[in-house]
Amino acid sequence: MSDWIRVAARPDVKDGEVIGVEVGERRIAVYNIGGTFHATDNVCTHAFALMSDGYLEGDIIECPLHGGRFEVRTGKGLGPPIVCDLKVYAVRLTGDNIEVNLSDA
Amino acid sequence: MQRHRRRIVIVGAGHAGGVAALALRQAGFDGDITLVGQEAWPPYERPPLSKDVLAGRMEVERTFLRAATDYAASGIELILGTAAQRIDRTLSRVLLADGRELAYDALLLATGGRCRRLACPGADHPRLHYLRDLDHCLKLRGQLTPQARVVVIGAGLIGLEVAATAREMGCAITVIEQAARPLARVLPPQIGDIFAALHRDKGVDLHTEARVTAIGERDGHAAVDTDSAGRIDADLAVVGIGIVPDTALAEAAGLEVSDGIVTDEFGRTSDPSIFAVGDVARSFDVRLGRHRRQETWQNAQNQAVAVARILAGSDAPYADVPWFWTDQYGLNFQSVGCSERSEKLIWRGQPGKAPASAFHMEGDRIVGASCFNPGRDMRHIKRIVAERAAIDAGALADVNVPLSALCRKE
Repeated sequence: MSDWIRVAARPDVKDGEVIGVEVGERRIAVYNIGGTFHATDNVCTHAFALMSDGYLEGDIIECPLHGGRFEVRTGKGLGPPIVCDLKVYAVRLTGDNIEVNLSDA
Repeated sequence: MQRHRRRIVIVGAGHAGGVAALALRQAGFDGDITLVGQEAWPPYERPPLSKDVLAGRMEVERTFLRAATDYAASGIELILGTAAQRIDRTLSRVLLADGRELAYDALLLATGGRCRRLACPGADHPRLHYLRDLDHCLKLRGQLTPQARVVVIGAGLIGLEVAATAREMGCAITVIEQAARPLARVLPPQIGDIFAALHRDKGVDLHTEARVTAIGERDGHAAVDTDSAGRIDADLAVVGIGIVPDTALAEAAGLEVSDGIVTDEFGRTSDPSIFAVGDVARSFDVRLGRHRRQETWQNAQNQAVAVARILAGSDAPYADVPWFWTDQYGLNFQSVGCSERSEKLIWRGQPGKAPASAFHMEGDRIVGASCFNPGRDMRHIKRIVAERAAIDAGALADVNVPLSALCRKE
């Protein structure tokens, strides 16, 4: 359906890496964790910082500004200074295209 | 027979006190917890008070650790707007200003600090502001209008953050600092110089080696007199010359106090049933082998968690590597490790440009780092500093050698 939006090509996001993309006004972070792709809001829930500038270790992303950590798969905040979880989006692959569904956001 | 229910009283409902109360429950402490605070606000985090809340970009409630009502849900009695007046060590109880008495098995002091006051004629001028609490922040925020002429007294972290926030709001800023450069108490001279250049570049009139001698009233505004920067007309002035640890209760109770309440690495004071955490605690640092007092978000947060766990039965001392950040004009700066007194810096990246980091050396060992927009490198930098790694200076300075490759080298 048209709810799925292509945000990147598969080779754009290497294993263990995260990139930032913009979809209209929204900033989305796209992750490759062991060959599986995930997407979250790219802006930290604590202060203005991009998760795509952060440090990805396994399935944990650490904010570059103040060290807040989130579980990429679920968006769950992992303790202070994080109070709010990160929004996660469904991802699918169509050929080499990484597509994200922002409709239920 | 019923087991005696342990009672822990926490005096000071700031960041550290609030975190300690919540962490006690998380650590499985099942006795009574009472948290007493002088302010009307529930425990909150202070970093946004000189930045997003001051600029009006962030709601006050977002600084709260939890909503005030959540404490009862965790079985924590929260007594706000009430000062603790005295500790009665003989009977193990705390006396509150409203006459209540709280008996304790363990007492945790998280009384924080008060703003150091300006000591010159006119220091009680109504246009003079301090910034420590939410009430200070809201009062100051009401006065920060575009075009306002603001004199910031003190170029420490709070002073510079207020200067940056107000400058971005369109205020005209003069900063008066008595040392030779900003941030002299916490960072090496080369780093302070970069902050000086940053502020001047943004149009801040920064005067170093200057002292405020008097504050007077003239034609409806404040006149700030200085010894070397002349007289500056101001709509308001903000004083940021540090804090004084609030040790009055501890001193009156006869606890060991020396610019802070002296504790061991477990947060225990000279009375084994009384503990102290946060800005007020001068704690033994096992990494440094000496006592130190820290005024950082990290310390308020993580030391409070560590000591709460100790109160709940843990035997792991607090031993985090010191870390703080500041955000000014969109620049993120982070300091980790021993930062204030290092003679030798190795730069990775160009000084004054971001991203760039200065590594603080003690011989060939890295003991700290000052980082401008470090981004994801911060993770590696923290690890390198924590390991006090001996590192090839050439490789460290070479931005083409990834930090991850240097991490485990010994």
